[in-house]
Amino acid sequence: MGEALRWTRVNLFGSVPSALVTLIAAYLVVRGLWGFAGWALVHAVWHASNGRACIAASGGDGACWAFLGVWGRFILFGRYPYEQDWRPLLVIVVFVALLLASCDRRLWGRWLALLWLAGIAANLVLMLGGVFGLAFVPTDFWSGLPLTLILAIVGLAAAFPLAILLALGRRSELPAVRALSVAYIELIRGVPLITVLFMASVMLPLFLPEGTTIDKLLRAQAGFILFYAAYLAEVVRGGLQAMPAGQYEAADALGLGYWRKMRLIILPQALQISIPALVNIFIAGFKDTTLVTIIGLFDLISTASNAITDPSWRGFYIEAYSFIGAIYFGFCFFMSRYSGALEASLRRGRR
Amino acid sequence: MFRSKAKIGALLLQALAVGAVLAVGAYLVHNALANMERAGIATGYSYLGREASFEIGESLIPYSPADSYGRALVVGLLNTLLVSGIGVVLATVLGTATGVARLARNWLLKKLALVYVEAVRNVPLLLQLILWWDVLRVSAPPPRQAWHPLPGVYVSVRGIALPVPVLSPPHWDVPHLTAFNFTGGITLSPEFAALLIGLAVYTAAFIAEIVRGGIEGVSRGQTEAALALGLSQGKTLRLVVLPQALRIIVPPMLSEYLALTKNSSLAIAVGYPELMSITNTTLNQTGQAIEAITLMMAIYLAISLVTSFAMNWYNRRIAFVGR
Amino acid sequence: MNDQAPMIELRHVHKWYGTYHALKDVSLTVNRGERVVVCGPSGSGKSTMIRCINRLEPHEEGQIVVDGIELTDDARQIAAIRAEVGMVFQQFNLFPHLTVLENLVLAPVWVRRMKRAEAEELAMHFLERVRIPEQAQKYPGELSGGQQQRVAIARALTMRPQVMLFDEPTSALDPEMIKEVLDVMVELAKDGMTMICVTHEMGFARTVADAMVFMDAGEIVERAPPEKFFAAPESERARQFLSRILSH
Repeated sequence: MGEALRWTRVNLFGSVPSALVTLIAAYLVVRGLWGFAGWALVHAVWHASNGRACIAASGGDGACWAFLGVWGRFILFGRYPYEQDWRPLLVIVVFVALLLASCDRRLWGRWLALLWLAGIAANLVLMLGGVFGLAFVPTDFWSGLPLTLILAIVGLAAAFPLAILLALGRRSELPAVRALSVAYIELIRGVPLITVLFMASVMLPLFLPEGTTIDKLLRAQAGFILFYAAYLAEVVRGGLQAMPAGQYEAADALGLGYWRKMRLIILPQALQISIPALVNIFIAGFKDTTLVTIIGLFDLISTASNAITDPSWRGFYIEAYSFIGAIYFGFCFFMSRYSGALEASLRRGRR
Repeated sequence: MFRSKAKIGALLLQALAVGAVLAVGAYLVHNALANMERAGIATGYSYLGREASFEIGESLIPYSPADSYGRALVVGLLNTLLVSGIGVVLATVLGTATGVARLARNWLLKKLALVYVEAVRNVPLLLQLILWWDVLRVSAPPPRQAWHPLPGVYVSVRGIALPVPVLSPPHWDVPHLTAFNFTGGITLSPEFAALLIGLAVYTAAFIAEIVRGGIEGVSRGQTEAALALGLSQGKTLRLVVLPQALRIIVPPMLSEYLALTKNSSLAIAVGYPELMSITNTTLNQTGQAIEAITLMMAIYLAISLVTSFAMNWYNRRIAFVGR
Repeated sequence: MNDQAPMIELRHVHKWYGTYHALKDVSLTVNRGERVVVCGPSGSGKSTMIRCINRLEPHEEGQIVVDGIELTDDARQIAAIRAEVGMVFQQFNLFPHLTVLENLVLAPVWVRRMKRAEAEELAMHFLERVRIPEQAQKYPGELSGGQQQRVAIARALTMRPQVMLFDEPTSALDPEMIKEVLDVMVELAKDGMTMICVTHEMGFARTVADAMVFMDAGEIVERAPPEKFFAAPESERARQFLSRILSH
């Protein structure tokens, strides 16, 4: 008890300004939480037949969670055919399972990488269908959370090999290769992602021979990959630079050629050093998938925005956006905590 | 002439790489020209001189639909710089305060700062911008019942009305309600306000972590030496820790400023007419997507390069003098 | 403050780091003008003890009294004590963004509210005493380790402390620079400065110390004049320690 009192004295009332801050902040926090609890729980309406009934039932100052009950499924899966919704659901489950499995460092290695590739391939097949008795669903109908996950995971997975090439290219002794790598990386990093997506979705059709069309999702995915390859390349380059020169020298002394040296000795270590930074890029990439809504793909923001325009359920934008906000927060917060824990354990291991 | 086979190999490889890039480039350009000719789309930048014939809601310089596309682009660029400039200032103030709060001794302050940083950093910026915009557009009351959080500040569905200082005679031009709207002071449109607040709040969370990292990055021994000499906590922070922390803070801070400027392109989703939005309208009307997009990318690239130079210049200037 | 009262008194001081008992019932008295050298194996609490004296670490139990002022949580008392106690660190901790001269005048100007010109004169006086006045306009990064530590000593001296605490001042130095720092410390001792010095330099201890304090595992095991301590240590632990450290 005395310990608790001492802690309170030092940490909350240590000085006059500190005590003032505590009182004001505590007041604001309590008021805020009280109001929020009132809106989200006490006055909230959990079942209603339509928007007007919902507002009437809550008296105008409660959340309408009934809206999510009706529209939640649409927000998650979007325009995917209703009866086939188990497929995007399975896709989400597979991705989440793979992400969780990847957290265990004991599983890291060739097997995990292969598992990921298999998982991604299986999910793509699952979404597309046309084989194994699954109905064919064109990419135009892919939407919501599965689309977000596919864009992020496929995008970053495919960007990775390109990033390694760019990073090696930037450190190359051949001036032309280095110049090309630097030009690419600096160009991409100097412009907003939305311009690259615009370039991919609007400009790309113009660059192709007459008659060929590329799927809209594929265009956006390509833009994503090209963009993130540049950022991942800088992280990998940081890892390569952090490697002690002795590693390079030892590998050379053993007579390994360039590619063998990179593949067997340098890259594995450099990548391991870079993992926390790579996870941070992944978090950024996951958040950036929202930009595809601007070029007309149907991600979570699109489905949510669409849901709130329904005539009988108008204007529940707070409910809709906090729903998808919570989903994004859940994924990103989990990954950032994981990245922090990883960084701490890697630092300990290297002492 | 060449001393080794390796050298010839290297030269060949480079020639191949450059040749491949040029070849692919030529192929793409050829296709583009063919496609554009077939669709009857002009090429070249002469469109910049043609009449724009679209309205722009907010502009720093006089503009009318009779003006050229070029002028419209300038309007957009100025709007980008305006929202980025003010956004950077707001984000720096808020971010620095939050970063210092993260290290405060007051537990409540520390945790509140942490909650803010984590909540904002883990939700996509676009979602936050749309939320701010919808709050200002949908939930805000009509001017008659405007929210009045601070003296002189009125928030309504028309936007945010703020008081403005006037130089001579020195007084505040405070907005007041007349008929259906506010006159006096300055009114920020809901689009501009949403973009500005959203960008500032989002970037501030990242700046907070940079500031925190900078202050923590100064070794403890420096603080101990200063305290041992009898300097107070405040003086220690100001004279010993912060000058050294700044060296760690400034480069990533400049990166965040650049990120904010690039993120302003999301204005297209909230209806604020900056560079990206206007480029989009232009390419929809003229069909000259390639010219419009490359011009826009070139402008952003120029802004990035200027920031890079600034960062390198700063780094060279403040490096610790060593042996 | 009468001259007969001890300069520093530690009475039954205990300190814990979490559950680790770092200082166990430490009692020590240092009189004005006394030179005390503290030695012992690493982890014995020597640094912790002297860092408690100027409140870089807080102590949990017991009393610490410096020049009649008791050391508590009270910020004003801590400030008063820190102005009278000078400290020299193992890692020098000079301020890299300031020149040598600026390092020295910082505290007198901001704590004692001296005028800048006066503070600079004082600083140059002490730079001459540590024999590097020509380095005044250089930055710490341009100096050798031995020079930096001498600047650190001068920096502590500009506050005109009553006591100087040294926390392993030569442990981070290359061997050829240790002598120049020890010479300055010997001179300081000859001028009558009260000193508590944590060090492994036994030659220095023999020259300068009035009392040797041996610490092990958080407690003070033995206190004796150096001749007696080196020739015939009373405790077994002290004997073992000396045999290891003096054998090479």
